[in-house]
Order: sequence, then structure tokens, then C-alpha cells
Amino acid sequence: MPSKVITFGPSQPLQLESGKSISPVTIAYQTYGTLNAKKSNAIFICHALTGDQYVVEDNPTTNKPGWWKNLVGEGKPIDTNKYFIICSNVIGGCMGTTGPSSINPKTNKPYALDFPMITINDMIKTQIMLLDYLEIDKVLSVIGGSMGGMQVLEWMTSYPNRIQSAIPIATSAYHSSQNIAFNEVGRQAIMADPEWHEGLYLDKKKRPAKGLSVARMTAHITYLSEVALEEKFGRNFQDRLSPTFTFDADFQVESYLRHQGSNFVDRFDANSYLYLTRSMDYFDLITENNGVLANAFKDLKSHVCIISFTGDWLFPTSESRRIVHALNASGANVSFVDIESNKGHDAFLLDEPNMFNAIEGFLKAVESKNC
Amino acid sequence: MNIKNNKIKFDSSNRVDFVVINNMVKKKSRILDIGCDDGTLLNMLIDSKSVDGRGIEISSSKVNKCLAKGLSVVQGDADRDLVGYPDESFDYVVLSQTIQAMQDPYATLVELLRVGKKAIISIPNFGYWRVRTYLSIFGKMPVTPSLPQTWYNTENIHLCTIKDFIDTCEQLNFKIEQAVALDRKGKQISFAKSLWAANLIGEQAVFLLSKK
Repeated sequence: MPSKVITFGPSQPLQLESGKSISPVTIAYQTYGTLNAKKSNAIFICHALTGDQYVVEDNPTTNKPGWWKNLVGEGKPIDTNKYFIICSNVIGGCMGTTGPSSINPKTNKPYALDFPMITINDMIKTQIMLLDYLEIDKVLSVIGGSMGGMQVLEWMTSYPNRIQSAIPIATSAYHSSQNIAFNEVGRQAIMADPEWHEGLYLDKKKRPAKGLSVARMTAHITYLSEVALEEKFGRNFQDRLSPTFTFDADFQVESYLRHQGSNFVDRFDANSYLYLTRSMDYFDLITENNGVLANAFKDLKSHVCIISFTGDWLFPTSESRRIVHALNASGANVSFVDIESNKGHDAFLLDEPNMFNAIEGFLKAVESKNC
Repeated sequence: MNIKNNKIKFDSSNRVDFVVINNMVKKKSRILDIGCDDGTLLNMLIDSKSVDGRGIEISSSKVNKCLAKGLSVVQGDADRDLVGYPDESFDYVVLSQTIQAMQDPYATLVELLRVGKKAIISIPNFGYWRVRTYLSIFGKMPVTPSLPQTWYNTENIHLCTIKDFIDTCEQLNFKIEQAVALDRKGKQISFAKSLWAANLIGEQAVFLLSKK
């Protein structure tokens, strides 16, 4: 099933936080399930950095199953028999929504670095444009993990009246110094690749594959955990019994990372990676609210369920707890569960029954209050 | 009751102190239940008193049970997670059968009456006659249905008697608005007649506190 696509023409430019604007804006999105007559069963899913709108069905680029297939679908905790699911590719992305690889109408060439800088807030603006187009006033819930979780927090602070409830997972109210540092390593790897050509690789029919691959390898380590790596690979050799005394991928973990890196290059645009990682770095609800995070949520009437994982060191539990304390301080209706897992940050994408139960229970409760 | 049997545990479905707590709470008030377990008390208060109830619970599986019931519960503990709440953000803060397990009960009591206009606290009474008898006859740390663990694995590190608790409330300048002792069968014992008797017959007690 190809993506649904909506293009907003010159009459509806996207005004960005940076002061610049983009037009036209195309949003590629998927929906699952059926919107009910009262339009009260819509759930918006926000994808993470390298995610996309293919939540449930096989991804047409990679032919791999949808990234949240365990959680969303018929009879799943987010049941598409009950709910109407919407997920759109973020602005700046590379899966059909306008991004740096889209054609700049002024030059008839890909935007590349002429694409304006986008923020998490800008992503939500496009999602609101889509929601308006679909004539949905208020979603039952907005859900997302990691960068998707940042988007959920942005919905909570910027569009509190458009959401009945919110589920930010494995996320933070700002990107930490360590996380900015990891992103910077990834970006520098891309920009150090001679095939990047100052961002103009598409014109030259090249791709900074090596740089993007290294960026992905570094990032992938941060999504796992020491325990998970140890359990999965240990010091095992890859298809050999002893070291070769070369720089081949002797160890399974090396081979795995190289595989992750090269796969990623086939499905992701390097400039999109630069822009989207930057949008995460700029995210900071605390500074935006003069150091008092509670102020971000002062207009929030929605029920919030925050989920973190004990083994996540990229977006640790303490970051989620900070949001919980702020929501308590603002008098919001918040639940919080810290799920036992040694799978690292990636846990939110995996088969985690406790996360599924929490989401399912919370949604049912919100729904019953809605009726 | 076999006081040697340390297998009997509190079953939250028939906690007699819940009934007393329920009677102390005014309708449509805002309540924070600290250590809310599977949400039994919160549900009871929501059903019978239409309260706006929130909970704090340390166990993630119990938080999940609460979520499934539609309750707003935060995984955490009173030592760490009360800090975010503004002063008097609740009409009542409830701490049932938990104060004796806290690291710093004195500081917790102060914090409870910062966050809540009133606090409802239930305690197991170490002055209960069976506890006293156990210690005096066997010469060993008491193991009773309300204090089922042995000395080395008990969570109850700060036990007190009803009299101790009243003294502490006086030190903290707290007003005891209501106090109810409960015997083993859940029958209420009046403090008014004799504190000495309540401290002897009461297996547990429930206090409604406010600031003077």
C-alpha cells in the first residue's frame, strides 16, 4: 500500500520556528482503521528519528515489517478495529514528506542545505495541518518514543486542546549534552565523507554511504545497552574460530554494526539525517519555559502516561521522572511507569508486554472517560 | 490467630483501615494515595466519595494494574517523588501502613502536610498486646499477621506505638483531628475512653492530621 499524500500549495506555506517558511509542503502519511462518526477514536503516532509512516504494514523500501507492528494492528494493544491510527513522515524526512532531498521549486534541484532548519515544533505544525485536512478536531491520544516522544511533549505544550491524552515514551524534555555529542559525531561522519559534496550529492548522483553508515553504527550502539550487546554477541567471532589478525569484521558485533550501517544507507537520506538530528538537539522545553518545565504544561487538561525503561541510558528514567515532577507541579493528570528491561533505548520498539499492557490499559481508561 | 504463623499477609481487599479512611474523606476532594498498591483504596474512594484520586506506587506491575483500572498513578516513592507537588496541592494525602517502612518518617510527615492540607496515616501498633506478649514471653522480635516478617528481612524499620505516634505529632505541632484504633477484628476502639487501652488493644490505628 503506497503512502497517502497531501500537498499544501503556495496559499498554505509552513511558517517555521526559524522565521523561514517552506512551500509547497507535501505530507506523506498512513492511516489504519476507520474514523468513527464522532471522530473521537483517532490516535496520532509520532515516529522516531529514522522511523517512518509505515507503522503496521511492510515498509515498501526495506520490505521489513512495520516498525510498531507488535503494538499496533488488528487485535493488538492499539487495536485498529477500534482506533483510527494516523502516522505521517516528519517534515525534513525522506519517506515522501518534504525534506532536503525534495525539489526546491526555486532551483528545480534538490534543496540539500538550502532546506531551512526545522524544529520539533515545526514537525507538529505539519501534523496539525494534516489533522485539519482530515477534519479531526481532537485526537484520543498522541503517542511516540524517543524523537517521537519529544513530538508528543511538543503537542502537550503547543496544542494541548487538540489531544485527549498523551503517551511520551523513552524521551526527554531536552536533548542532553551527551546526546548532542553523539549526534554531532554522526553528522561529522557524514560531512567528512567526500561523496557528501557539501550536501549536493544527489546532483552528482553520488551518496555519502560510508559517512552515513558510520553515523548509523555509532547511533545504533547508543540504542542498545552493554548487557544487550554482551548477551547478543559477547566476544564471539563471526564465521571463524580465531582472529585473522586483520581489520576484517572478526567479531560478531562488528559484523552486526556494519550490516546495520549498510542497510541504513539504502533507506535513509544523509541530509535528512543531518536535519532531523539537529531538530532533536535544539529541543529544550526547559529553557523555553525559563527553566521551569511545569510552565510548559500549564494549559494541559489531557491525561498523560509516561513510560521509560530501566536499561535506557540514552533517554534514562531520570529524564522521564523530571517530566513527571513537572506535570505534578502543574497539576496535570499523569501516570508514570518505568519498565524493567535490559534492552537499552530500543526497548520501546520491541516486544515489551509490560509497555503494551500499560498503553492498552491507559487508552481504555481515557476512552471510557471520553464517552 | 496463630501468632507464630508468619505466612499470613495483609490482603488489600479486606483492609479494615480502608473503611476508616473512606469515612474520614470528604466528597469530591483531591487525594494522593502514597503506596497505593493495586489501587483498591483509590477505587473505593472514587466510587464512594467521587474524589479526584492520584497514586504513587513503587512496583511497576502494580502501577500497570492501576493503569488498567483507569487510575492516575506514578511509579515512585514518597522520599523522591513528592518534591514536584506544590504546597497543599491535595486535600488529603494518604499513607496507609507505610510510614514504618520509610527511611525518614519524621521528614516524610512534614512533607505529607506540605503537599496535603490534611494527612491520613495508618500505622501498625507496636504497643498491641500480642506484640508486647510475643516479645516478653518468647524474648524474640514479634511476628504477627500485621508484622509478618522476621527482623532481618522486614521492611518495617521504624515501628512505633500509638503513644509514640501521638508524641511525634505533638512535636511536629500537628493537630490530630481524628484518631481511630482498630482491634484484630477491625472493631473500632475509642481513644477518648482510654489511650492506654487503645494502645494495648489496637492492632493498628488511623490518624487524620492537619497543621495547627
